[in-house]
Parts: sequence; C-alpha cells; structure tokens
Amino acid sequence: MMMMTTTDPTSDTQETGHQHSDSDLLHRLATPTELAGLHRLLEIRAEQEGLLDVAYRTVDSPVGALLLAATGTGLVRVAYEREDFDAVLETLAARLGPRVLRAPRRLDGAAVQLEEYFAGARTRFDLPLDRTLSNGFRGQVHAYLPQIGYGSTQSYREVAAHLGNPRAVRAVGSACATNPLPIVVPCHRVLRSDGGLGGYLGGTQAKTTLLGLEHAA
Amino acid sequence: MNMMQPFEHAVTEHGPTVLRVVRAVLGPGPDADDAWSETFLAALRAWPDLPEDTNVQAWLVRVAHRKAIDVTRGTARRAVPTDLVPDRPSTTGLPESAEPDLWAAVGALPERQRLSLAYHYLGGLRHTETAELIGGTPEAVRRAAADGIRALRRTYAPEGAPR
Repeated sequence: MMMMTTTDPTSDTQETGHQHSDSDLLHRLATPTELAGLHRLLEIRAEQEGLLDVAYRTVDSPVGALLLAATGTGLVRVAYEREDFDAVLETLAARLGPRVLRAPRRLDGAAVQLEEYFAGARTRFDLPLDRTLSNGFRGQVHAYLPQIGYGSTQSYREVAAHLGNPRAVRAVGSACATNPLPIVVPCHRVLRSDGGLGGYLGGTQAKTTLLGLEHAA
Repeated sequence: MNMMQPFEHAVTEHGPTVLRVVRAVLGPGPDADDAWSETFLAALRAWPDLPEDTNVQAWLVRVAHRKAIDVTRGTARRAVPTDLVPDRPSTTGLPESAEPDLWAAVGALPERQRLSLAYHYLGGLRHTETAELIGGTPEAVRRAAADGIRALRRTYAPEGAPR
C-alpha cells in the first residue's frame, strides 16, 4: 500500500488533489516481474543462510490447489484450498516459527512425487517427513496410516483395532480429520465400517477422486 | 508479544514499496537490487524478535535506508554517483526498469528532493521520520518532498499531456 494519505501535521494539503495521479505515477516505479526475480534471490540466500523455519509452495492437482510446506527436517504440511492457505500459513508460523517464506525449491521432491502419484505412476511416497504437528494418539494413527497400501482401504474400526484400542473409533476419525499430511499420509483410505465414505478434510469429492485414482491405476 | 505473522506477508505487502524507495535513493539497477535483498535478509533475521505491534512498512523503510547507505559505501570506490541512473544490467535478470523516462526524471531531482520523495511519498514515512533519517527539519523535508513530486509531475507528465 502506498501511504499517500499519511496524516502528518506538516503535510502539504495543496497536494491532495494530485494524490491519485501521483499514486499511479509512483506505482510504476516497481513492477511485479522485477519483484519476482528479487524474491527468487531472497529464497536462495535465505535457504543458504539457514534462515527459514518453513518453506512453502502451491501446486495444482486433480483435487484442486494444494499447499506444500516443509521445515529443514522434511515435509510438514499438505493443505487443501478449502482449509484456507493463509490460515494454514499463520498456524504454521505460530507453531513452527514465523520465518515462513514462499520458497518452492525445498518442495521440489514432494511436488514431483505428487505429480507422479496423480499420474498413476507412484503408489507410495518416499519423502522425509516432519511429524512435529502429529501428537499423542493422533500421531500414532498418522504413523500407522501409510501401512494401508495403495488401492486398499480399512475402516475406522479396523485402524483402531490395529492400534490396540478397538473402542477408539471416534478418535481415529478425528485423527484422520486433523491429518497434517493428507494424500502423502493416506487418511483417504479409511472408510466407515458400513462401507460409507466417511468425512475427509479435503471434502468427500476429493476423497472419491483419490480412491478412484488408486483403483483405476 | 513478538511477531507471529508469516514473513512472506511482509515481502508480498511491502516488497514493492521497499524497491521503489531504494531505487529512488540509489537509482534503478544492481545497487538498488542489492539494497532490497540485504533489507529483506536482515528483516528475515530480525523477524521473530520484532514486537507484534511494529509498523512493519516504516521499520522496513528504515532498514532499507541503512542498507542503501551500506551499498553506497561499498560502491564508493567505483565512484558511482547516486543521483544518476546507472545503465548496468539488473541482477534480476530482467530488462532495465520498465519506466526509463520516469526514472530519469527521478534521477534528475536534487538529492534532498529525491530522498524526501523516496522516504515520504514512496516509503510512507512522516516528514518528521524522514528528517530523522536524512537530516534537516521536518518543514524543510516537507518542502523538498512537495517540490520533488511537483517537479516529477511537471517533467514526466506536463499539464495537459495524457498520463
């Protein structure tokens, strides 16, 4: 935002009538393309100097735009657009540190593997993961989920039983609903015991799309 | 309470402002690009310790002022006059600024007018804050900024000419 309306006891009121055109004039002194180049340099230097708590990028996919975020340890968050990317980034800043920068390079590996997955050419992910956002019983559920193989499904009840806590069906459901790494950690492969789809943090349409993709491949 | 906002917000929101300021101070080109990069790297380092109620734009403009001085000192041996528009290629890898005439007009301003315009009109600092950075009284800074913007309008978009 240009601060053309700065209130200042010494400001020059006779300039007021020109403020809009001045704003136009002065805005032409930096263009978006020039800033894109500078942003890329900033990403590289910030990464070199180890200054980033979280690097992120977005990718397009058959289930809509996805936000990918990584710490120095690994992929820490995959988010659906319906989760609101700005809100997700604010949560990441609060929990992992505010040095959060759009820096796609750290996410190259994740982006490539997701592309391969959506092309039907990858059935499991092989990425360093940062599990910081998964705690307690939910963390146990998230750690278990990759054992449900590509193209197969389990019920919430079965997952609870596998974890030695067969009555924790609802807890498994809420763990799936708060999975910080959807798709990569396959909570979409968990269905209701009666065969119903169950909920999904990316929306039931996304869940159907992912299951359809895995069955078709 | 310290800053919890993602740093990217600051880059997206204030990156253009800082670029205009350092270009007005140093001329569009590699020196301004360097000052922009150093400003945001320094800001990224300091970000977690910044009080949450900081006026981020004014803070960044002050950092940019210091970095512009550093860049000027670093290039003093090469004797690049800061009030001329350099024609060296930009490190952004893109063609020189899209508005060469406008930059020539900014570069042609007397230094006090150009700096006052940079920090007040482009950077959004108050005249009192600008005076703290570049010296002189707030009133003198106010006059210089007003003269500068008037000269820029006259040179670049004469009365009656389409803008």
